[in-house]
Amino acid sequence: MEHIVIIGNGISGVTAARHIRKNSDKKITIVSAEHKYFFSRTALMYVYMGHMKFEHTQPYEDWFWKKNNIELKKGYVAKVDTENKNLQFSNGTSLTYSKLIIATGSKPNKFGWPGQDLEGVMGMYHKQDLEKLEKHAPNNKVCKRAVIVGGGLIGIELAEMLRSRDIPVTFLVRENSFWNGVLPAQESAMINNHIKEHHIDLRLNTNLKEIKADEFGKVRSVIIEETGEEIFCNVVGLTAGVTPNIDFLKDSNIETKRGVLVNRFLETNVKDVYAIGDCAEQHEAIGQRRNIEAVWYTGRMMGETLAQTICGNKTEYKPGHWFNSAKFLDIEYQTYGWVFSEKSKQENEAYFQWKHPKEHKCITISFDKKSNKFLGINTFGIRMRHEIFDQWLTENQSIEHVLEHLKDANFDPEFYKLHEAEIVKKFNKENNTNIQLKKKSLKRIFSKSY
Amino acid sequence: MKIIKNLGLIIFLTGLAIFIGTIFSGSFNLKQAELNSFLKEQNYKNALIKEALQEAVVTDEALNIFEFSSRVRKAYQKSNDYYDKQIAKYDAEKNWDAKGEQYQYKINGKPHTLSFNLAKKAGKGFVTKNPGLAWFLTFGLGIIGALLFILPNFILLGKPGIKNDHIYHESATNRGFIAWLVLIFLVAFYLVLYFFADYVVNWTFILDPISQFLADRPASQWFVYGFLYCTVMLTMGVRMFIKYRHNKYQIVRTISVLFFQIVFAFLIPEIMASLQMPEYDFKNAFPLDYDFFFEWNLKSLTESGGIGIFILVWGIVLTLVIVPVMVYFFGKRWYCSWVCGCGGLAETLGDPYRQHSNKSLNAWKLERWLIHSVLVFSLVMTLVTLYCYFTGTQSFLGINSQWIKDSYSFLIGAWFAGVIGTGFYPIFGNRVWCRFGCPLAAYLGLVQRFKSRFRITTNGGQCISCGNCSTYCEQGIDVRAYAQKGENIVRASCVGCGVCSAVCPRGVLKLENGPENGRINSTEILLGNDVDLMKLVNEK
Repeated sequence: MEHIVIIGNGISGVTAARHIRKNSDKKITIVSAEHKYFFSRTALMYVYMGHMKFEHTQPYEDWFWKKNNIELKKGYVAKVDTENKNLQFSNGTSLTYSKLIIATGSKPNKFGWPGQDLEGVMGMYHKQDLEKLEKHAPNNKVCKRAVIVGGGLIGIELAEMLRSRDIPVTFLVRENSFWNGVLPAQESAMINNHIKEHHIDLRLNTNLKEIKADEFGKVRSVIIEETGEEIFCNVVGLTAGVTPNIDFLKDSNIETKRGVLVNRFLETNVKDVYAIGDCAEQHEAIGQRRNIEAVWYTGRMMGETLAQTICGNKTEYKPGHWFNSAKFLDIEYQTYGWVFSEKSKQENEAYFQWKHPKEHKCITISFDKKSNKFLGINTFGIRMRHEIFDQWLTENQSIEHVLEHLKDANFDPEFYKLHEAEIVKKFNKENNTNIQLKKKSLKRIFSKSY
Repeated sequence: MKIIKNLGLIIFLTGLAIFIGTIFSGSFNLKQAELNSFLKEQNYKNALIKEALQEAVVTDEALNIFEFSSRVRKAYQKSNDYYDKQIAKYDAEKNWDAKGEQYQYKINGKPHTLSFNLAKKAGKGFVTKNPGLAWFLTFGLGIIGALLFILPNFILLGKPGIKNDHIYHESATNRGFIAWLVLIFLVAFYLVLYFFADYVVNWTFILDPISQFLADRPASQWFVYGFLYCTVMLTMGVRMFIKYRHNKYQIVRTISVLFFQIVFAFLIPEIMASLQMPEYDFKNAFPLDYDFFFEWNLKSLTESGGIGIFILVWGIVLTLVIVPVMVYFFGKRWYCSWVCGCGGLAETLGDPYRQHSNKSLNAWKLERWLIHSVLVFSLVMTLVTLYCYFTGTQSFLGINSQWIKDSYSFLIGAWFAGVIGTGFYPIFGNRVWCRFGCPLAAYLGLVQRFKSRFRITTNGGQCISCGNCSTYCEQGIDVRAYAQKGENIVRASCVGCGVCSAVCPRGVLKLENGPENGRINSTEILLGNDVDLMKLVNEK
C-alpha cells in the first residue's frame, strides 16, 4: 500500500492528511517535532492571555487520529534521502515513504543582530516560544519591560499578549507608520493611534542595533540604531517576518530557493515529493500574489488541492481571489481583492476612503481610475461577507455596483449600527455621482456564489 | 480602581455572611393564643396535634429554628403515628367505618413545609422587628458590594472589545477552589430552598414588607427565591452591559431577558395574586412549565372565571402555535436567550462560567439522549395526568398519576433544574440544564433543526480554527468544526446567544434568519474560493 508521509502537522499537512483519508485508504503518517497533536498556531496568543487552555487550540480530539487511521510520529527529520525514499531522524531512526509531503511551515526571521540568540530572545511562532514566554514573562515583576522588534501582525499580537499581563512594551517599527507597506495611510495611522491607546510604547522609524546580555547571558537591554538609546528589558520578541523552515533539505536533491520550489501542481523537482504551505515557493507568482505566502488559509487550500492530486484527481493550485483578515488589538480587519498601500499603488489604482468620525472604523475601496472596476476593499471595524466580494470580483463589477449593494455585503452582528448610507453619500459628494443604496436582499445574500 | 474592587468584594462578602447568618438568628416559640389561632386557621380536626404542638413550642424558651423545626416535626409525627396505628388497628378488626373516620385526623404535607408554616407565625427577633435594616445589611450590602466590584471594569477592561483575559488564570473561572466554594454554596442554597425551607424562614421575614406591598401577603420561600433571582440577574446584567458594551446584540438581548424575568416572571404573578387571580407567568411555556396540566392548576384556572380560561387558552396557544412559529422565523433563540428565565440566569450569573461546557463527542451523545428522554418523560407524565383528570381514575397503563408527578418534580424540577442545573455552573458551565435537561429546549430544538430559517453562517474561508467560538459556546457546540469547513451551523441545541460571533477575531460567524433554501450547506471540501474548482468538486 502506498505510504504517504507528511512532514509537519500544521494546517497544511493536517488538511492534506484529512482529505487524503476522505478519498482513499492509503497509509498516512504525519511527522512533527513540535507537538504530537495538531493545534491551531494562530490561537497560541489566547493561551498566554488566558482566554483558552492549550487543549482548546486542538480542533480534533485525541482519538480522532486513531479512528481515522492517521499515524502520528514525533520526531525531527534530519535528512531526506529521495533516492531511497527514506527519511532519517535526528535520533537515528528512519522511515520510508512512497510519497512525501513537505509541510514544515516557517520560522521567525533573524537578521544577524548581535545578541539575537541570547536567553530571553524569542519569536512568537512555535509552541516552544509560548513556553519560553511563560518562563521569561510570567508577570511584570519577572519581566519589567519587553521590547518587540518588527512591525507585522505577529508583533502587534505579541504586544497585546504582554499588555494583558501589564508588562510595559516597547515596539520598534522600522517603517514611519505601522504596516504601511501593506495598509493605506489612513488605516495605518488609525492603528498607530490604537496601539498607543493600549499604552504600548510605539517607536516608528526605529531599528534594532544590538541586544546586550547581563552577566548570566540573559537579555539585559537593547540598543537602538538611530539614537544609540539603551532600553532595559528582560524579553525581546523578534517578529520581523518569517522564512521557510527548510534547513533539513540542504543536502537533499530537492530544489530550493528561499522555500521549496514547486510548480502549480505543488510538485517539487523530485518525483513523489511535494511541498505545501508556508514552506512552498512558486516558480512564478500566481496573479499578484507573492511566490511564498505565509498565510493560514493558503496552507489549507494547498493541502486540499494536493490531496486531490495524490488521490488521482490531478488538480492545479488556483487560490482564487486574494482575501485576508486580522485583528489589531480591538480592531478587526478584513480585506478582499487587492488594495495596495500608497507605497506600492499601481498606476491605474484609485482609492475611495471613508472613516467614522469617532470610532475606529474605516474602509478603503480600491478601483480602476478609467473603467471604475472594483479592485478590492479594506474594512476596519466592519465585518464584510466573503462570498459576496468573491462573486463581485469574479464578475468584474464596478465600484458603483459595490456601493449600491453594500448592504448585502455587511456581515456585522444584528442590531449593529450600519454606515452604508454615510459611505455612499461621501462617494456621491466626492465623485458627483448619484448612487442610490439598494435595500438588503436576502436572496442575493444566501444564493450561492459558485 | 483595584481598591474599589476589593472594597466591593469585602462589602459583598459581608452582606453574604450576614444573609447566611440571619438563618441562625431570632427565636421561635408561640404563646397559647397564637397556637390556637394557627390551629383554627389550619382547621385541624384532632386534639392530639394541639396537645403535641403545645408541648413542643408553647414555651418561654428561645428556640432556634433548628430546634423549633425538629420539635414541630416530631409533634406532627407523633400525631400521625397515632392515627396510623388506629387505622391499622381498625383495618385488622375489619371495622371499615371507624377506619375511614381516622383519615380526616391525619395531617398531610411535607414535615418541613408544616414546620415552615408554623415558624412563619413563631419567628421573633431582630429580623422580624427590623426587616428594613435587615434588608439593607443583606440584600443592600450585597448589591452595593457587587456593583463596586463590577463597575470599575468599565475602566479596567480598557477599550470596548472582547476581553476574556485571564479567565483561565483565575481560580473562580478556571474550576479552582473559589469555583468549588461557589458550587457548594449554590448547591446548599437549592437544597435548603427546595427541601428544608423552614430552616431559612428568617429570609422570608426580610422580604415580608415587600411581599405585603406587592401581593398583599407574607413572603414565602419562593418569593425570596424570585426576588433574589431578579436581584442577581440585574446586578450581573450590569456586568454583561460593561463586558459586551461594544456589542449591541448582547446589550439588547440582555435587556430583553431582564425585562421578561422582572416583569413577566416576577411582578405580574405577584400583582395577580394581590388581585385574587391565579398567579401565572405568561412566558413560561409547557413543557418547561411542567405542572400546567396538573389537576390543581386546571382546577384553579377553571374556577377563576374569565382570567383562568384566558390563561388556559393562552398556555395552550403559546406551546402549540407561538413557540413553533417563532422558532420557524427566528430560531429557538427568541425564547432561550431573549425570554426564558433559566436562560436569563445562565446568561447573567452564569456568563463567567460559559467556557466550561464540555465539547467532546461523548458529551454531545449524552446530551441528545438525556434531553429527549426528559421531553418524553414530561409528555408521558402529562398524558397520564390528563387521562386521570378527565376519567377520574388514579392511573393509566399502570402508571400512577401521583407517583409520576412526584418523581418528575423531584428528579427534574428540583434536582436537575435547580441543584445540578444552577449549582454546577462553576464546574460544568452555565447551561447544564438548558443543554441536558430542559424539555422545552428539546422541543424548540427539534423545530429549529428541521424547520427554521435560523442558522449561524460562516464567512467564506476566513476561519483560522483558533477555537475561541467553541471555547465560549455555552451549549458545548464545537462551532469551530463547522466554521473551518465553511458550513452553516443549524444545531438543535444552539440557543443563539451570539457569543461565538462576538469572540471571533476574524468576523467569521453571524446569526441570521434567511430563506430555508440553502440553509444546510454541507460542503465536503472547501477548496479555497476558486470558482472553477468549487464547481468541479461539487459536480464530482
